[in-house]
Amino acid sequence: MRAGPHIASKYTLTRQPARFPARKGVPSVVSMNVIEVKNLHKRYKDHVAVDDVSFEVRAGEIFGILGPNGAGKTTTVECVSGLRVPDRGTLRVAGIDPVADRDALRRVLGVQLQSAALPEKIKVWEALDLYASFYAEPADWRELLERVGLTAKRDTMFGKLSGGQRQRLSVALALVGKPRIAVLDELTTGLDPQARRDTWELVERVRDSGVTIVLVTHFMEEAERLCDRVALIDSGRVAAVDSPSGLVARVGGEQKVRFRPSAPVADSVLTSLPEVKEVVRTGGQVVVTGTGNLAPAVTLALAEQGIVPNDLRIEQATLDDAFLALTGRKLA
Amino acid sequence: MNKILLVETKLLGRDWLAAALTLALPVGLLLVLGQIPDLQKPDPNLGGQRFVDAQLPAQMILLALLTTAFTVLPGSMATYREQGVLRRMSTTPMHPGRLLGAQLLLNLVMALISAVVVIVAGRLVLGSHIPQQLFGFLLVFLLGAAAMLALGLVIAAVAPNSKSAPGIGSVAMFPLLFVAGMWIPREIMPDTLRTISDYSVVGPFVNAMRDTWAGDWPQLPHLAVMLVGLVLFTGLAVRMFKWE
Ligand SMILES: Nc1ncnc2c1ncn2[C@@H]1O[C@H](COP(=O)(O)OP(=O)(O)OP(=O)(O)O)[C@@H](O)[C@H]1O
Ligand SMILES: [Mg+2]
Repeated sequence: MRAGPHIASKYTLTRQPARFPARKGVPSVVSMNVIEVKNLHKRYKDHVAVDDVSFEVRAGEIFGILGPNGAGKTTTVECVSGLRVPDRGTLRVAGIDPVADRDALRRVLGVQLQSAALPEKIKVWEALDLYASFYAEPADWRELLERVGLTAKRDTMFGKLSGGQRQRLSVALALVGKPRIAVLDELTTGLDPQARRDTWELVERVRDSGVTIVLVTHFMEEAERLCDRVALIDSGRVAAVDSPSGLVARVGGEQKVRFRPSAPVADSVLTSLPEVKEVVRTGGQVVVTGTGNLAPAVTLALAEQGIVPNDLRIEQATLDDAFLALTGRKLA
Repeated sequence: MNKILLVETKLLGRDWLAAALTLALPVGLLLVLGQIPDLQKPDPNLGGQRFVDAQLPAQMILLALLTTAFTVLPGSMATYREQGVLRRMSTTPMHPGRLLGAQLLLNLVMALISAVVVIVAGRLVLGSHIPQQLFGFLLVFLLGAAAMLALGLVIAAVAPNSKSAPGIGSVAMFPLLFVAGMWIPREIMPDTLRTISDYSVVGPFVNAMRDTWAGDWPQLPHLAVMLVGLVLFTGLAVRMFKWE
């Protein structure tokens, strides 16, 4: 059975709905929510790590959990993954209760943990072969190796891999059991920009293959680029759940367009546009503040006057601004 | 086929120096102690046998086994736990029994190799005897060693970290060596101590080894105590196992 595109399209607005084949022995999920977290609470001794967290993850999406260090992101996904027992709240993952039925959960959920490792001297292929042997119907690990771009490192020991290569191996291990859901915690922390972008592409390919992904991160750029929806978490509470653009729009969606006009331009040319709120001049530069389709409106109006906007720059509010506005705190 | 066992064997092979040292220690000790003149004289307490004929190699085999079971094995399990190797595995459907079984089996084979090396070296250098009831000896050794290794896995489960694990193991090891008769032979033990020794798993283990060395079949009570120990410790090790 497959989730019909007409159902999925109601929910996924910007991307093609992902399909995932129903697997043997796993009840097919009728509801669109693959993960449901309600009023999750978890304390360590006298420290409350997760105070009150609720969110839903829909089939086929990349769901981001974004927040500063110590916000409770890892604790939240560890509860979802059945690695920690929550003090309060209800959890459902593919219809399974992670506390009551850990074994069933492990067959449908792949996890890459923030703090986990392999023996230093295990070779890449051996690790994959070993982890494949833990599942009844594993993926072909050779193909997986190819997919994460580690075929050339097949015989390299884990201890000799670079940070990025370790992360890719970790992703491959999370996928070797053919999970329907993959939880990836701090996938790109410590990677250089190129390795980070490569890893992002990998995550997108995994999602395109039909896996629902929960991505924990504290990089707003990563969340903006990858996630369909994001939960902003601060001090163990959810500040907001929305698409990245939806979150940005909540803080007003204000934009700035800066340029140097090729010829003098009257303020009225710009202020007459419905998108424009304010025009400020600093030196030879014009700064236009507004909302909506600001940049195209401004450039069109200028073109009608035969004016070229040189050094054109568009500045938009980011998730950082949204986080700041919603929690009163900076993300990083 | 247990892939964990296969991979762990390869990993051990890649750390061959450490493996070789665990093998070399009991043999070295055997050859050094074997030079003591008193131990090479026929001893009326041993029915006219020399101490090096059977006592010394049996003691070295026990020492090597307990070192592996109580310090090396808990240490490596605790390190795996500390590094997050176990945590990584805990996200898969693998049952911990598979991991513990593989660790036990691998160390059992290593202990057997170490015992064979001790016996062969003793024979070649000191003219020690080879266990006369060889099949019985093999049975006793595998049963007793498996029980000791299972107890080592229990220690691995309770040890808080990789630094304390070998220490806790050593603390557990010396009383066991004592009741096994390492320093006071069973024959001259006070009654209470002898009773403790008889139920201590290592006591019957050492006695059964001696019997088979002399050419007798192991006694059933000895085998029974070892088997009970093996079942009990294995059960405890699986129940108390912690991923992190
Ligand atoms: N095992 C633990 N015992 C006690 N306190 C813990 C434990 N794990 C986490 N904490 C505390 O709980 C809080 C939340 O931790 P958590 O790891 O969930 O945060 P996080 O959002 O994942 O942070 P980061 O971005 O640094 O990974 C932190 O204050 C942390 O110190
Ligand atoms: Mg974390």
